[in-house]
Amino acid sequence: MSATRLPKKDVVIIGLGWTGSIMACELARMGLDVVAIERGPWRDTASDYNIGTAPDELRYAIRQDIFLRTAQTTDTARNTPDQVALPMRKWGSYLPGNGVGGAGVHWNGHTWRFFPSDFRLRSHYTERYGANFIPEDMTIQDYPVSYDELEPHYDFFEKVCGISGKAGNIRGAIQEGGNPFEGWRSDEYPTRPLKPNLAQIMFQKAAAEVGMHPFPLPSANISEAYTNLYGVRMAPCTYCGFCEWFGCANYSKSSPQTCVLPALVRLPNFEARTLCEVTRINKTPDGKMASGVTYVDSSGREWEQPAEMVLLCAYSTFNVRLLMLSQMGTQYDPVSNTGTLGRNYAYQTNAGCLGYWDKDTNFNSFAGAGSLGMMADDFNGDNFDHTGLGFVGGANINCTTTNARPISSRPVPPGTPRWGTQWKKATAETYGHTQSVGSQGSSMAYRDVYLDLDPTYKDRVGNPLMRMTFDFKENDLKMSRFIVDRTEEVMKAMGAKQIVKTYKRGPWSVVPYQTTHNTGGAVMSATPDKGVVNRYTQHWDVPNLFVAGACLFPQNAGYNPTGTVGALTYWALDAIKNQYLRNPGQALVQA
Amino acid sequence: MMRNTLLAAGIATVAIATAGPARADVDNFTEVARGRYLVTTGDCMGCHIGPDGTSLAGGHLLETPFGMIAVPNITPDNETGIGKWSQQDFHGAMTRGVRPDGTHLYPAFPYTAFTRMTRKDIDDVYAYLRTLEPVNHAVDRDTLPFPFNVRMAMLGWNWLNFTPGEFRPDPNKSGEFNRGAYLVEGPGHCGLCHTPRNMLGGDQGGKHLEGGALQGWFAPNITADKRVGIGAWSQAEIVDYLRDGHTERGAASGPMAEVVTYSTSQMTEADLKAMATYLLERGAAAEPAPTVIAGSDARVQKGAAIYDDTCAACHVGDGSGVAGMFPRLRDNQLVRQADPTGVLRVILQGAQSASSPRMVTAPSMPALGWRLDDQQVADVATFIRNSWGNAAAAVTPDQVRAMREVTAGVASPAEH
Repeated sequence: MSATRLPKKDVVIIGLGWTGSIMACELARMGLDVVAIERGPWRDTASDYNIGTAPDELRYAIRQDIFLRTAQTTDTARNTPDQVALPMRKWGSYLPGNGVGGAGVHWNGHTWRFFPSDFRLRSHYTERYGANFIPEDMTIQDYPVSYDELEPHYDFFEKVCGISGKAGNIRGAIQEGGNPFEGWRSDEYPTRPLKPNLAQIMFQKAAAEVGMHPFPLPSANISEAYTNLYGVRMAPCTYCGFCEWFGCANYSKSSPQTCVLPALVRLPNFEARTLCEVTRINKTPDGKMASGVTYVDSSGREWEQPAEMVLLCAYSTFNVRLLMLSQMGTQYDPVSNTGTLGRNYAYQTNAGCLGYWDKDTNFNSFAGAGSLGMMADDFNGDNFDHTGLGFVGGANINCTTTNARPISSRPVPPGTPRWGTQWKKATAETYGHTQSVGSQGSSMAYRDVYLDLDPTYKDRVGNPLMRMTFDFKENDLKMSRFIVDRTEEVMKAMGAKQIVKTYKRGPWSVVPYQTTHNTGGAVMSATPDKGVVNRYTQHWDVPNLFVAGACLFPQNAGYNPTGTVGALTYWALDAIKNQYLRNPGQALVQA
Repeated sequence: MMRNTLLAAGIATVAIATAGPARADVDNFTEVARGRYLVTTGDCMGCHIGPDGTSLAGGHLLETPFGMIAVPNITPDNETGIGKWSQQDFHGAMTRGVRPDGTHLYPAFPYTAFTRMTRKDIDDVYAYLRTLEPVNHAVDRDTLPFPFNVRMAMLGWNWLNFTPGEFRPDPNKSGEFNRGAYLVEGPGHCGLCHTPRNMLGGDQGGKHLEGGALQGWFAPNITADKRVGIGAWSQAEIVDYLRDGHTERGAASGPMAEVVTYSTSQMTEADLKAMATYLLERGAAAEPAPTVIAGSDARVQKGAAIYDDTCAACHVGDGSGVAGMFPRLRDNQLVRQADPTGVLRVILQGAQSASSPRMVTAPSMPALGWRLDDQQVADVATFIRNSWGNAAAAVTPDQVRAMREVTAGVASPAEH
């Protein structure tokens, strides 16, 4: 069956999540004719996340209601290149979003800026610790864009989201109560920090006692009513504890729905086609440009949407897969060390410890928010001397109160039976009297960690699934062990009567949830031999194709990716609006 | 609705055949521009919207106490619209409710208000309608059951309920007041919803703009009464409400959301101010205030508990709400209308608020009827109506049950 060809559009956007809706809004406001093609359903706060139905742990957290169905597409996974990968039939380690808003609907809302040194990681480590400090198989590299260049775009994204926080460095002046290690900021956060719960107050005191510099977690669950630059309004967070894996019913969590879509859908030159899955980015006959996309609708009909520009804005791993399926770029091969597409996949290295308190210490953990937390960055990035430590990277240390939902939140002391009367008794005694101190660690890139197309498994329309070859490497595990020991020090100072410390261990398993911070695979680079797109996120080989998302990261930092994803999106838009559209079809960086 | 619009904007195009050359003289720019503004002011789109969502091709079923009335096509299509109507024909329909063939229109079409319009304004509306693309869309005009399908009966109705005649300005009042009066009583036809109906569907004598029930909603008192009307609102607040659909006090939803979207959000600031001036200066009228039901009343106490669980997250524990997002319930005229229809409607079925150029976010009240029983809905409504400076009659479970029947089968804007 051949695809029906539709009239040409100025811009076709693949995926209507954070990056897609921002791109659509900015370009449609310029008057371009924009269509967004979204694999999942239309979703809005009123009908999909309303307060009457939103706080349903069984439906959303356990049965994963708003995530992609693996029957539609999934990934295969293995730890090492000599293994046979198998498809994930139930999401576990990470949870790809689905539908309008994408993963921007169900995230917790930690909204970070990477450190200035993160953008020149290889150069920074080499300069400070010598050329031999970085292991040979570690393929980390500098971003082709600097923190200073991204700063205005970080600032703008934070103002679109209404992020709640406390600045630590405004144009070089260190601010009391903020993060003294952060890169310079041109402005304070748009809204004040969330109100701390008992755990955050205890952590703040304890962290300072052990010499750290605590500060409130920059939060996309916002503390006060806010109207953003698009005229979209948000209401204060109510600390309901149904944040991560849920849509927000109170218009309090920054998401495409709460920050962009109400302005976007009013524009008559914008159109969204939902339940339509893009299967190919098409090329012009000479192979030099993208001619549009082919997609399948919910009836199984195939359509071709021609466009002057294609913006690839799906989830990071699906962006990489679509480039592979469309044969745009050269597949990375770890043996010959050639090609760039699929190279430098990275993840996140999280671990920490759990403390138990007596009954008189009541944390009221149910009164939480996805980003209600107190942090310390003393051991993140290169904020501490790595000499003699034997690892690259670091982690943020966090004390968060996100929820204590009834099904999953059952912390019991070690040795408690897994079910029965004793388990119930321990649950009742422990609930509300435990608190974790965690860490979110960097994940470096390695020669034999990568993405490619699976040779065996295909999706419902016959396209190969993407294969993920990943394991936690000793550098990152060593870093994490060092950090977990630091979390234990804070926990002791907080006065826990018992501490259970959990080091990160390999091999990576797809089963327990870890984090949906999959990065890399379509990396941005200074030269075409090191990545898929140039510094403006424009494809090295296809100048009218731009790529968004965490797939651009050369490696992952000790932070959630969303803030940097947002900043890179506005950075790319700046280049598209002020350079590319003045001379369309031209490469913005000469290879 | 936004969702439907977006989905409809997909691949499929709504097939409406267009035909007929009945177009206006292209030189009458001034008349056409004025007519277009009056069509906006009169919110013609609110009722005459065509199945394509953009034309005035009609077909929408208007709910009345006497049955459904299919709204006619007023595009200049010769066969199915008003393409063959003369200027005089149009004037007759607007001022007397009579079609060119002599048959009578039902007063769901507010000729009872449009009769106040000047000849010039009506001619301008006609001139504008002539410029529209004719849409061939036949609408079944005989949808009312017997005896209401007998249009001759409207002769008697008009004799009882209809006072024809153009608006006469009050020389003792300001120009702004008179402009507002003209807009409110003429093209704006506010009284069609905001004045209670008598048994025959006519205005209840002496109760002009004191609030009326319609289509399972309650259009509140908009006299200058401070307790249940808009007497406590400032002129600026009324203007904000009409232009944006949202103020700190509340959000336009239900039929008023459509009025804001299609009509008042597109009117000039001067006209909105004039309407506010007229409404604030024309006088107050309302039923006497009831005594507040004490907080110790068992219904109020149960209602308070439900409020804390279900409502307080958005409307806040002290009823203060969030400006521009979640209506303030404290000291709120809407919740203490004698008729609790509006409050019950939004609790049971939810409501989508208006979206307008300056207030693009259109928060919605979720439907809670599926998880609160009649007694619970009655108690929480009684609590809200008697807390934070409000006082109003208790709501009974019977009223809730009746409201469920009214809204049964009507799609909720916020249902999943």
